Amino acid sequence: MTSPIAPDLQATGRMPVKPRAGVWRRLIKRPLASIGLVIVAVVVAGAILAPWLTGYDPNEQMFDGLTLEGAPLPPNASFWLGTDLLGRDLLTRILFGARTSLIIGIVANGVALVIGTLVGVTAGYFRGWIGSALMRFTDLMMAFPALLLAICLAAVLQPSLWIVAMVIALVNWVQTARVIYTETSSLAEREFIDAERSIGASAPRILFRHILPHLLPTIIVWGTLGISTTVLLEATLSYLGIGVQPPTASWGNIIFENQTYFQAAPWLVFFPGAAILALALAFNLIGDALRDILDPTQRGRE
Amino acid sequence: MSKGAGNTRTGAAGPAASITAGAVLEISGLTVSVRGEDGERPVVSDLSLTLARGETLCIAGESGSGKSMTALAIMQLLPQPAARISSGKIRLRDMDRGDIDLAGLDERRMRRIRGDRIAMIFQEPMTSLNPVLSIGRQLVESIEAHTDLSRAEARRRAIEALKAVRISEAESRLKQFPHELSGGMRQRVMIAMALALKPDVLIADEPTTALDVTVQGEVLELLRDLQREHGTSIILITHDMGVVAEMADRVVIMRHGRMVEEGKAADIFARPQADYTRELLAAVPRIGTGAGRRSSVEAEMPGSVAVVHDLHVHFDLRGGFFGQVNRRVHAVEGISFSIAPHETLALVGESGCGKSTTAKALAGLVPYHGDIVIGGRNLAGLGRDQRKAVRRDVQMIFQDPYASLDPRMRVGDLVAEPLLIHGIASKEERSQLVAALFERVGLSADQMELYPHEFSGGQRQRICIARALALRPKLIIADESVSALDVSVQARVLDLLKELQREFAIAYLFISHDMAVVENISDRVAVMYLGQIVEMGTRDQVFSNPRHPYTKRLIEAVPVPDPAKRRPRFARLDQEIPSPTRKIGEDPPKLALKDLGNGHLVAVS
Repeated sequence: MTSPIAPDLQATGRMPVKPRAGVWRRLIKRPLASIGLVIVAVVVAGAILAPWLTGYDPNEQMFDGLTLEGAPLPPNASFWLGTDLLGRDLLTRILFGARTSLIIGIVANGVALVIGTLVGVTAGYFRGWIGSALMRFTDLMMAFPALLLAICLAAVLQPSLWIVAMVIALVNWVQTARVIYTETSSLAEREFIDAERSIGASAPRILFRHILPHLLPTIIVWGTLGISTTVLLEATLSYLGIGVQPPTASWGNIIFENQTYFQAAPWLVFFPGAAILALALAFNLIGDALRDILDPTQRGRE
Repeated sequence: MSKGAGNTRTGAAGPAASITAGAVLEISGLTVSVRGEDGERPVVSDLSLTLARGETLCIAGESGSGKSMTALAIMQLLPQPAARISSGKIRLRDMDRGDIDLAGLDERRMRRIRGDRIAMIFQEPMTSLNPVLSIGRQLVESIEAHTDLSRAEARRRAIEALKAVRISEAESRLKQFPHELSGGMRQRVMIAMALALKPDVLIADEPTTALDVTVQGEVLELLRDLQREHGTSIILITHDMGVVAEMADRVVIMRHGRMVEEGKAADIFARPQADYTRELLAAVPRIGTGAGRRSSVEAEMPGSVAVVHDLHVHFDLRGGFFGQVNRRVHAVEGISFSIAPHETLALVGESGCGKSTTAKALAGLVPYHGDIVIGGRNLAGLGRDQRKAVRRDVQMIFQDPYASLDPRMRVGDLVAEPLLIHGIASKEERSQLVAALFERVGLSADQMELYPHEFSGGQRQRICIARALALRPKLIIADESVSALDVSVQARVLDLLKELQREFAIAYLFISHDMAVVENISDRVAVMYLGQIVEMGTRDQVFSNPRHPYTKRLIEAVPVPDPAKRRPRFARLDQEIPSPTRKIGEDPPKLALKDLGNGHLVAVS
């Protein structure tokens, strides 16, 4: 203390300049995020390496996969997670099903997130008639039963994995758009946005450099929440016969095929359910950590 | 050093058993700690003071001095669970049951004391009133909670309290909601609420900081009157030495959680003992000391940087079934002025007078009618790219340095951004330029990698200044740019602004509500009222010879930081400032400006 009045030039504590630690390095330093990363890695590896990880064919109905009465087998030495109603190996089906579910959970969800963010940001920043038009359309989409819409779309377009993903994206962007719209319109009122406009920043620059970074936490949260929603929506569509077509496995359709036998053969619902839960949880953990790491105002509080 | 004059305090070292005679409240050895990232840290250390019956004690200090924490500790309203009283006693005189130590009191018994014996009013009257309940209901409920009065009696008492704070038509006001009242009215309601129960002690935490000067004068006088009538003891917490001089019997100066000096108001101002007090008083801007600026019309050089002619800014309000425009806010109503190179034109007025809207129109942030000519080119006739090029010459520094920097960008990038947007210099040159700017505004170049939240308020405002300077503008608009800063920081930022003006030959449009600051920095002054200029002239013309009644009022309302010059009474405004919102087709009357000689313009009505 050299002057009795604290000079406003004096540093405020956490001053020493820290080197920019990479996002990845800071991510793996967090134990919870690392667990999430490991789970995602296992699922991805399982999906890719499925044919080599198991000796069975996912669609082959095996004689020794059923009891003499024709009931599915519980987990045992030759079928680790048991077999399903048709005598197919459950582990193999879950591994192959991971391919479908990952595509749905990541691609469909990602597309939904992008559409929702674009609509929300545009409506929230520009307001006026564009904003009103976009948001009234969003409201319309929200009021329309999502499942009914998905059924219509899927029925018109011949169901395939990619079509199903697009259908899911088309019904899932609305909530994101609503939330992003609200946040953008309050961000656009903040003084630093006025400050940007006063130095001549263009609208795209303000949107991408100054508004989008502030929306990241919200986008991440909705993104991770969306994974379980979309995986389950795919399952619903499969169950109704307009999702991924049997015999192709997906986590959702494994559950739906077998849910009526839940009491007699609980493993048929439990294992794919656990897989969905683990994947959603893993993305949640990663998302949480990313949100903190990408927020510079949290610096020094890790 | 901060303890320098700590031993001048009086009466605090009394015996532990009972409190000093004549005192209502006695704090001894109070330490308040806050739990943070790096363990517990005291925000108030070993504070001792006494409050005598009927006295006004001002606790003054800059932000972070612990003055508000002291108030909250007395009320037992410290933010939970982070802050707590770690040692010390807060004793309240109680005739019937002996003295009570508030520091150890449980919540249930404390609730009875709050409001009844000690009441508090806060800085922002809008946030301390519940927006969805009528003021009558809030008043009556707080009276009922503390007394056995019936609903009807409580209502009568509420009306009495509103009358006491000079609210007209008190009975019909009871039905109004907080948003229907002006800021000054709301603060009066808060005072009515605090005083309805006739507490022994009233704690006022920056009660007038959010109010306009003219309203501030009224509220302060009201507090003084009420104190005379009821004999209430007041603890007034403020950063404004003018308010201290106006109100205090005794003053406690705090810094970094410690008492630096304590004494009678007259003594503190006349013979400050501690170095810190001396510096604090020296930093306070005073009217009548703004020497050394160019005095006269020399500013009227040819080739103005900016000319504003007949500027109008309206905001349409929609209503009714079809959402048609039915009312219009006449924020700026036909003002004209010009700014010469190197000149500082101050735009003063109270909240809602349109001064900030004028700034926004100049910076291109709101649509306007009329002409804005910058560097000889009328913005109205230009295309988008040309307008962007012209606007390079006009930069803006905003009021709140916490809000005007994107918290997710590094400050170096923020300062480089204007250069990037206007495509100036290569990447390396840019970072050199930015480093030079950082050095110029008194920061160091290795702070470029940090984020805004890692800086103090004054430092952030320096970053904003660096950012505004980056494009070497001819005109910088400073919109209340020093109002949010502590006085000592404010003084240094003002010095920086003056230095930069000399160095880079910049003109300033300096917007402020603070007449003392304006007097210190400006060459010419324009006074705005309800969207129009009522008086304009050189600083000396306006300050030494104010001709418009509103200008006179504004200047009179500024509290003088000298207890010897305390004003006996403050002329009360009979009506509120009218609203600039009008029905469509009902335009406000246009004021004509008359030249009194040498460019001193005054509105004639």
